[in-house]
Amino acid sequence: MSSQESKISKEEQEERRKELEAEMERQLKAQSAKRDWLFYWTLFKSTFLISAFTVGGGFVIIPLLKGKFVDEYHWLTEKDTINLVAIAQSMPGVVAVNSAVILGYRMAGILGTLVALVATVLPPLIIITIVAYCYEFFVRSEVVKTILKGMQCGATALIVNVGIDLVLKQAKKKLILPILIIIATFIANAVWDFNIMALVLIDGFIGLFLLRDKKYS
Amino acid sequence: MMILWQLFWEFCKVGVFCVGGGYASMPLIQDSVVDTFHWLSMSEFIDVFTISQMTPGPIGINAATFVGTKVAGLAGAICATAGFVTPSFILGIILAKLFFKYGDIGPVRGILNGLRPAVVALICVASFSFIWLSVWNIETMPRTWAELSNISWGGLIILVGAVAASRMNVGVIKVLIGSGVGGLIFGYLGILY
Repeated sequence: MSSQESKISKEEQEERRKELEAEMERQLKAQSAKRDWLFYWTLFKSTFLISAFTVGGGFVIIPLLKGKFVDEYHWLTEKDTINLVAIAQSMPGVVAVNSAVILGYRMAGILGTLVALVATVLPPLIIITIVAYCYEFFVRSEVVKTILKGMQCGATALIVNVGIDLVLKQAKKKLILPILIIIATFIANAVWDFNIMALVLIDGFIGLFLLRDKKYS
Repeated sequence: MMILWQLFWEFCKVGVFCVGGGYASMPLIQDSVVDTFHWLSMSEFIDVFTISQMTPGPIGINAATFVGTKVAGLAGAICATAGFVTPSFILGIILAKLFFKYGDIGPVRGILNGLRPAVVALICVASFSFIWLSVWNIETMPRTWAELSNISWGGLIILVGAVAASRMNVGVIKVLIGSGVGGLIFGYLGILY
């Protein structure tokens, strides 16, 4: 029995080591990006566009940030992003702003935070100020309504993509406990309407006691 | 000048106490803006809510900007928004710093390992409520046949968008612009709702 066990664990260790190496490589790539004016301009531009095109609040911004900064520019690793979004989710304030602040800090310190924050806030500031002055036109316009509805469908596509992607990745790791947490949290929130903050706190506690092992990270 | 400072401070408080995303901030804003300071009437406040949901951008920021504009013009909008994000800014930097420093010690790693599945689950929940809203135009799962059969062409936009983003590497902004155009076309044909 013990020999079989050690064989399995050896294979697992090998796999784990490879994963770690790949992770390190991505980490290195993320850190070595140049922080020049072009970097800050790209950061501002992408965050500005993401904020300007996000219809429908909090969670939609996550797939957008991931698409730009993880998949396109490789400034962040996926694990870092989810970790930081988890933190953004559990602090007070708007998730989108919190994520921008924390991810901005991760990518480029205080200056990165400021750039990301201003870029997130500016589009709604501009759009709403205009809308506030021509409110009547705006709420009646069918054209505006259909465009926004279409963009809502686009946002749905993006968030569904990321959801499927993350679940598959977690399932591939074949660790029971995280999968159980996903299922339980999903049912508690979707079916029983359990408060999100409470769920995040509970899952944090479960992690504190049961998921300290390195294989879970 | 006084009113600008008041706007900043009131929304600063909203920013600190709004736990759990944009929707959670609405009762807090109502309490201070409508009930305490009488900057807006209740019907104006409901307008704020409608507009905040319709326009792009985080709902909380939209509401702060709209209230600010109504109360004191552009300067008011800037002050209210700045007040609203200041707590996030300070707290976010502190937490990010702590994460760098202590992110890899046992207990913190444990907590983060518990939080990650939670985020995955919440993203899935959000995905489903978005699907109900975009495909069936209702907020909860379709339960009756009548609801179920009332399917919108928005579903096609979702399908194309998802395939473009995941299989064809189309950038996220392009997907959103494309689906906006799709909405315009379907709306023109009268098959979006």
